[in-house]
Parts: sequence; C-alpha cells; structure tokens
Amino acid sequence: MTRLAVPRWVDLLVIPLINLLAALAIAGVVVVILGESPWVALRALVLGAVGSWEQFGFTLYYTTNFIFTGLAVALAFHCGLFNIGGEGQAMMGGLGVGLVCLALGGWPWPIVFLLAIVGAAAFGGAWAFLPGYLQAKRGSHTVITTIMFNFLAAILLNYLLVRVLIAPGQQSPQTARFDPSTFLPYAHEMLAAIGLETGRSPLNISFLLALVCCLLVWLFLRRTRWGYALRSVGANEAAAVYGGISPARSVILAMTLSGALAGLLGINEVMGVQHRLLLGFTAGFGFTGIAVALMGRNHPLGIVFAAALFGALYQGGSELAFEVPTFTSDMVVVIQGLVILFCGALENIFRKPIEGLFQRRVPGTA
Amino acid sequence: MAEAFVIALLMLDATVRVATPLVLAAFAGMVAERSGVIDIGLEGKMLAAAFAAAAAAATFGSAWIGLLAAIVASGLLALLHAYACVTHKGNQVVSGMAINILVAGLGPTLAIAWFGLAGQTPALEGAGRFAGVALPFAGSLAAIPVFGPLYAEVVSGHNLLVYLTIALIPVVAVLIYRTRFGLRLRAVGENPHAVDTAGISVTAMRYRAMLICGALCGIAGAYLSTAHAAGFVRDMTAGKGYLALAAMIFGKWRPVPTVLACLLFAFADALQIRLQGVALPGIGEIPVQAIQALPYALTVILLAGFVGRAVAPKASGIPYVKDR
Repeated sequence: MTRLAVPRWVDLLVIPLINLLAALAIAGVVVVILGESPWVALRALVLGAVGSWEQFGFTLYYTTNFIFTGLAVALAFHCGLFNIGGEGQAMMGGLGVGLVCLALGGWPWPIVFLLAIVGAAAFGGAWAFLPGYLQAKRGSHTVITTIMFNFLAAILLNYLLVRVLIAPGQQSPQTARFDPSTFLPYAHEMLAAIGLETGRSPLNISFLLALVCCLLVWLFLRRTRWGYALRSVGANEAAAVYGGISPARSVILAMTLSGALAGLLGINEVMGVQHRLLLGFTAGFGFTGIAVALMGRNHPLGIVFAAALFGALYQGGSELAFEVPTFTSDMVVVIQGLVILFCGALENIFRKPIEGLFQRRVPGTA
Repeated sequence: MAEAFVIALLMLDATVRVATPLVLAAFAGMVAERSGVIDIGLEGKMLAAAFAAAAAAATFGSAWIGLLAAIVASGLLALLHAYACVTHKGNQVVSGMAINILVAGLGPTLAIAWFGLAGQTPALEGAGRFAGVALPFAGSLAAIPVFGPLYAEVVSGHNLLVYLTIALIPVVAVLIYRTRFGLRLRAVGENPHAVDTAGISVTAMRYRAMLICGALCGIAGAYLSTAHAAGFVRDMTAGKGYLALAAMIFGKWRPVPTVLACLLFAFADALQIRLQGVALPGIGEIPVQAIQALPYALTVILLAGFVGRAVAPKASGIPYVKDR
C-alpha cells in the first residue's frame, strides 16, 4: 500500500486544487477561442464573486444550495450509492415547502420554517425512498432509477403547477405568492437589525440551516449506530452482513436521508427567495451537487468549502456575463462542466505524478 | 373511418421521425454498455453533434459536411469519456454528467461567439439540410387502398438519415451477435478478465466501442439539427439522451427489443401531442403529463423486475484493473 505514505493534505488539498487549476486553464482556452482576454475574465469572475458585500451575499446564497445537494450526494455515497436524483428530490422538496407555505399563510415565520423543513425533507425523502427501496429489495440500480425519477418529478411538478396549484387568473405555471408572514428573513435584514449595513442579496437564514445540516450529517455518520451501519455497507457490504448489519435497511435509510437533504434546497429557493412555487427552480443545482461532493471528498466540512467554491463560480460567472458582452450565463455552465470533468472524472490524471512526488519526501517509507 | 386512418398514418409518420434519433442514441448506449462503459453522456454527445452539424452546414452549405462535423465532435467527446473512464479509471457517471453539462453551456456560447445569435445557429435551407426523399413508386402506388397511403405517408418521404438508421439496425445487430468483434465486445462487458487472459486488450476494445458510440450519437445529433429541425437551438436534445438510455434498458441491451422500445416511446410522444386537449369518450381528457411520464415509469417498473428482468452487462460501470 504505497498510498499510505502520501500525506492526507495532498489528497484533500493539492490534488483538488491542481484539478481546479486545470479546469480553469481549459476554461481560459475557451475564453481565448471566443476572442476575449482570460485575465480580464478571471478578474471579473473573482471580483464578481467576492467584490462587494452584495456579491458575496449572492455567492453564499448559491453556496447554500450546493451544500444541500452536495451533502445529499455524499451521504448516499457513504453507503456506496450514487444518487443523481438530487434534482428531482429538490423539486419535490420545493413542492413540500410550497404546500406548507400556502397552507400556513399568516403564521409567524419561525413556525412555518420548522414545518416547511419537515415538508421539504418528507417530500424529498419520499422521492428518494422509492429508488432506495427498489435498489435494496429489487436490485434496480439507483443511477438509472434516480434519473427516471428526475424526469417523473419534473413532469409531476409541471402537472401540478399547470392544472392544480396555479394561481387563479395567472398565465405562467406558478402558485400564488406566499403570505409575507412566511418569508424567511434575509441576511441583510438580520445584519441590519444588529447595526451592520450590507448590500441586499437573496442570502437568507437557510444558509445557517445548511451549516447545521453539515454538522448533523457528520454526527450521524460518525457518532451514531445507523451512520456506522451505513458506512460499513458502503465500505464492504459482505463484511457488514457478517457483522449483523442489514444492507437493505442502510440503503433505504441512506437514500431517504439523501433525498431529504436535497429536498431542503426548496427551503432556500422557494421559501427564502422566490416566495412562490414555480417550474425550474432547481436549475441544475442537484447535478452540480455531485461535483461538490466529489471535491469535498464526501466530508461535510469539505463540502462547505467545495460548495463555497461552486457558489463563487456561479455568482462570479453570472457577473462575468455582464462584464464581457460576448459571454452569457452559459459560460458559467461551461466552467461548471469543466470543473466537474477535471475534479470528478479526470481526477486521476494528476494523482499518480503528484503522489509520487510527495511519497519520496515522506521519511521512513520505502 | 377515413379520418381515423389519416390520423393513424400521421401518427405513425411522426413515430418514425421521433424514433430515429432515439434508436441511434440507444444503440450508441448499448454498444458502450455492452463493452462495460456506462454512458450517461449520450445527451451531451448528441447536443454537441447537433451544434457541430448545424454550424458546419451553415458555414459550408452542405448537410454532408455537417454530418461529418457532427460525427467528429461526438467522437471526440466519446474519446474524452474513454480517456477519463478507461485510461484513468475515472467515475463513468461523473464523466458522462460532466460532458452533458459542458456541452449544454458550450453550444450556446459558441453560437453567440461565431454567429452572433443568442444560443442558436442560423436557419438552414437547401443543401444545408437533409430533405425528404420520395421512394420509388410512392406516387403511382398511392391509389392502392390502405397499402398505398401507408407506403406514401409512413415509409416514403423521410430524409436520408432515417433510412440510414433503418439500415443500421441490422448492421449493428449482426455486428454484436455475429462477428468476432461483437463476441469480444460482449465478453469485455461481461468478464473483462477472461478477455484479457485471451490476449485481447480490454482498453482497446472499450475505446473501439466508445468510437462506435460517438459515431452513432453524431448521426443522431446531425439528424436533430439538420434533418428534423433546420438549425441548432439551445437544449434541443431535451432529454432524448436519457430517454434513449431508458429505451436501451427497456430493450434489455438487445438491438431488436431496443428498437421496439424506441418506437413505443416515440409513439407515446406522438400520442401525447395528438391527445392534447382532446376528451376521450368515457375517460375524459387524459393529462399530457400522464403520457409524458409513461416511458420513465415503464422503465422504473421494468428495472424493479415487476415485468421481466433487465440485467445489465456484468462489468458495466466497473473500471478494469489488470492485476487482481
């Protein structure tokens, strides 16, 4: 086992960083092909992400989404499962949030907040429970079933918004605006209350919920019996069975919790920002969660940093589209794709040479 | 009665047109998975091919150059997938996903930079498109009852790529089941160690499979932008790559059942358009979403093993490690 000789920080920091640089380098090449200066673009990207309080707020707002979906992917991954259904689970979670907020108009937001969390987790969890159940009991692979469930969720949401939940007299498929009493407090409002003036941004209290979720996921995985069972199944199913652990139960639990986490995206988007249920609010965050989990090495703390990175890319990229006329927001998607490609699929390219480099420098290893 | 017959003909005609890219993409996925490489990136490859075909056809005024560009673009992405997943043993699902996301952004970005059009390529006309081809006797046979209109409407009048696809169905089936390459392809997806022991390179086999996959997706993409439509528009594949994946599973990784699954899904699509806002006697109006959901729901039910059993090639999704 030569890998043991490689310091942990190489795997956790150096390799992701080099992969990220490679992705940005290729993105730079795309920028050059488009006839723009990559340095101007990079500057606009960075300034757009953290240049002002307002922009930083936007970055953290996107980060919130990525933490939820990244945690969702990571939790399933600890059980050896690939949940690429975050998108559909988030849609369902949003539906749960929407129903709670529509039903409880006029109630104080903290109560609605708690019930909406339950709604989001229940709906998102239910949407992942089925693929989990099918994987555990019928052997249907979650990669394919969750893709199918993404489409089914989109179709179901479309049906409900077009036919059932649409606000009367409205043309576009969306619900009525929620009662303002249910709106989550924005960060700039909360900070203003304690005397700090910051720019307006959609960042809201969901960010704190996301951080709490990180802690809870860590506690669950590392400090509970179920978390241990779940990780055992992921690490070595045969050994887990030998140890008296039921893989089927762990698989179903992992998928359900994963879906619940993805569903919480609905809190940030639907309850925090849009204040109504509408189509397409998941905007690919569910898919990007895969990359966030990979970069964060499936660790809750790593996911916070990876989510912040993707949040910055997302926000910076949107600003880039304003700064450089030839770019549109599609450029963000390109950069995202490249980052996922290099940090996820191609991450082994640089692994061998880098690990070789550090291996020799560790004393006492052959 | 006569009206119902005309509607049936139109729906069958629509079915063939919608099924064509599905068959191509599903076959692409099938060849890849038979070799042991899962390809979620069918969608992205098709979209890239659609863009390349439309861009090249608009620039050079030839649909054939468009087709060539489509195959090259899709083939390069297939090689990228193989490089990530076969050579570097990267995660196949992540690689496919990355390709899908990358292309979804790159297409519109390049369209703006090269053509100055927001997310699309210029409208194609004339030689830039694959036009419909009237098969011989389509006119003279039209007078024969039932068969005549069927021949003229459903069989004749499609573009060349439709007929190319129909011709490819037996070719791919024979390739997989009746050739040495096909035997090795199936073996490498089931038991790569055995293939390796026999002195055949697992890597080379999987690269070849990915090249075939890329070429098929290339034709599918070219069909979308230069035959079915007249140019590239943002997100024009609209989930067809995933639908093809579902069709491939529904067809249990076999050519003929896969084609039938594609036809079923395409028919559901035609039906869905036809049934919009129509009240059926006794049932009432069927929501279009119910029919849209059909292919995905059917695939899940099949995967769950409630109707038959869909078993993937054993080694699909697992990178091959020689020394074990």
